[in-house]
Amino acid sequence: MKCSITEKIFQSHAGGANVRTGSILFAGIDLAMGTDATMPLAIQEFNKIGRNVFDPAKIALVQDHFVPAKDIMTANYSLEMRKFAEQHRIKNYFELGRGGICHHIVPDEGLCYPGDLIVGADSHTCTYGAFGAFATGVGSTDLAAAMATGKLWFKIPAAIKVVLTGKKRAYVQGKDIILKLISILGVDGATYKALEFTGDGLADLDMSDRITICNMAIEAGGKTGIFEVDDITREYFKKFNNNKVVENLKTGEDSAYERVIELDISEIEPLVAEPFLPSNVRAASRVDSICINQAVLGSCTNGRIEDMQMAAGVLKGRKVHPRVRLIVIPGTQEILKQMIKENLLDAFVDAGAVISPPTCGPCLGGHMGILGDNEVCIASTNRNFVGRMGSTSSKVYLANPAVVAASAVRGEICHPEVLL
Amino acid sequence: MGQKFTGSVLKYGDDINTDVIIPTKFCNSTDPDYLGRNCLHNLDENFINKRKPGDILIAGRNFGCGSSRENAPLAIKGAKISCVIAKSFARIFFRNAINIGLPVIENEEIAIDAAEGDTLEIDFTANTCRNITKGREYKLDSYSDLIHKIFDQGGLINFIKNTEDI
Repeated sequence: MKCSITEKIFQSHAGGANVRTGSILFAGIDLAMGTDATMPLAIQEFNKIGRNVFDPAKIALVQDHFVPAKDIMTANYSLEMRKFAEQHRIKNYFELGRGGICHHIVPDEGLCYPGDLIVGADSHTCTYGAFGAFATGVGSTDLAAAMATGKLWFKIPAAIKVVLTGKKRAYVQGKDIILKLISILGVDGATYKALEFTGDGLADLDMSDRITICNMAIEAGGKTGIFEVDDITREYFKKFNNNKVVENLKTGEDSAYERVIELDISEIEPLVAEPFLPSNVRAASRVDSICINQAVLGSCTNGRIEDMQMAAGVLKGRKVHPRVRLIVIPGTQEILKQMIKENLLDAFVDAGAVISPPTCGPCLGGHMGILGDNEVCIASTNRNFVGRMGSTSSKVYLANPAVVAASAVRGEICHPEVLL
Repeated sequence: MGQKFTGSVLKYGDDINTDVIIPTKFCNSTDPDYLGRNCLHNLDENFINKRKPGDILIAGRNFGCGSSRENAPLAIKGAKISCVIAKSFARIFFRNAINIGLPVIENEEIAIDAAEGDTLEIDFTANTCRNITKGREYKLDSYSDLIHKIFDQGGLINFIKNTEDI
C-alpha cells in the first residue's frame, strides 16, 4: 500500500484517490467533540452562522474541564453547554456523575472507530488515534463550523512512521514510550505532521498504553498519532456488540512517509519529563533528590483502569510520604466503578491519598489541586509548562502512574524499584 | 486581509505556549478585553503595560504550542496586537488565528532580524514586510487560496456564511 493511513482516511472523507499529502480541502467529519472549556465560545460563533447542528448524533459534549464547577463563571460555562445540548437534542451529552474526561468517554461509548475523521475542541483529541481514527484538536470557531456544516478545512499532513519493536520492561508504560519519542522529535518535531505507529512491539501495547502514546502526540506538535489496527484493536470493539465494521487499517510502505523512526521499547526505562517542556526527558532513576509536595494520578493521558491498577500495585501496604498530597482522579465514572469492584480504592485511601471525581482539574491548573508558590508536583498528566498547574514559581514533573505512586511514597522522584 | 499597517516590535523566544499566552485562571471568560488585559501573564507580567495598540509580536519557533484554547489568539487580539510573526507556529494556534482574523506570518528571517522596538510595516496587498528601523524589506509567502479567502472575509464564520456549498 503506497498511502499513509492519514491519506487513506482523507481519501475516504473527501475527494477520493487524488487526495495526497499537502492537499487543502474541506472534508466531512464523523464526530465533533466539545467540552465545557471550549463550548461557550463555540456556541457564540455557532449562533452567528444561523443553522441547526448538521447531525445531533455526530456531536459529543462532555462536562470535564471545570466540573464540579469551580466558580460562578465556570458554572455558567457548564450551564451554557447543558442548554445547548437540550436545545439541539444532543444524545451524546455527558453530565458530571455519568461521564468523565472526554478522551476516555468518547472511545468507551463507542464514538470513535478505525477510519473515522474526528475533530474536537481540545488539543488532546488526537487520543482517538489509539483506535485507528484520524482525530485532531481544533479551536472553538472550528468546532462551531463543524457542528453547523459537518465539514472542516484540513491540510493533509505529511506522516512519520514510528516502528516499535520489542517488549516493555517492568514498570514501563505507554507514557515512557511517548516521552522517549518526544525527546527524539522535540516539542515541534512533528508540527503539521501525523505520527503513525506500527511494528511487532504493538502486540505488547494494550489500549491504555496506546491512548497515552496518541494523547501526547500533540506534545511533539503532531496533528495526530494513529495506531494501525490489529487484534488488540478488534478485541476492544467487541464489547459494543454491534455490526459496525472495524476497518483493518495498516500503515503504508516507507516511501509514503517523510521519515521512519525505529524504537526498541525493550531499551526504554521509566522516564520523567522535567520542567518546563515535555521533551526535557531523563531516566527516573537518574533524577536527583527532587522533593515533591504533590502527586497527581489521572488525566486524559493516564486515567485508565490499567493506570489505576499499576499505581495501586505500587502503593499497596505503603503510605504516602507525610509531606506529600496524592490526588487520584479516575478518568470516568465507569473507571471509578471498576476501581470499587477491584478493591483498588482501599489501596489508595489506606495509603493516605484523596480520590477526586473524574475531571481535568489540576492538569491544566483548573481546580482540585492547584500548586502554590515554589511547590513541586509529579504528575501522570501531559504538560509541564510554566504555571501550568498553578503558581508561576511551581514546577511539574511528568511521569507514568507507577513512578507517580512510588514518588508519592518516597517523597522524592524515584524509580518504583527503589521501594522494593 | 488587504491592509497595510505599521507597528513596533515586542520580541519573545521559542515554544511560547498557550498556557503562557493566557493562563487557565483567566480562561473563565471569552471577553477579548478581559483576556487582553491578562495576555502573556505567565511570561512577562509587564507585557500589558508596555504594549501599545498596533504593536507587532515577534517570536521564535513553535509559537502557540499546547492547549487548543482559542482564548489565546483572542487575548492577543484583545491586547490590540496587530500581527504575530514567528519562525514557526503550532498548528492549532495558527488555525485559530486565521479563523478569528488575527494576522499571523511565518517568517524566520524577519523574526531573527527584528529587535525589540524596531518599526515594521506590513503590506498584505503587496505581500511585503519592511523593517523601517533597519532599512530591510522582506517578501512574504502568500497563504494558500482557501486560507486567503477565509482571512479576507474576516474569519471562518463569515466565510461559511458567504459560501453556499459548505
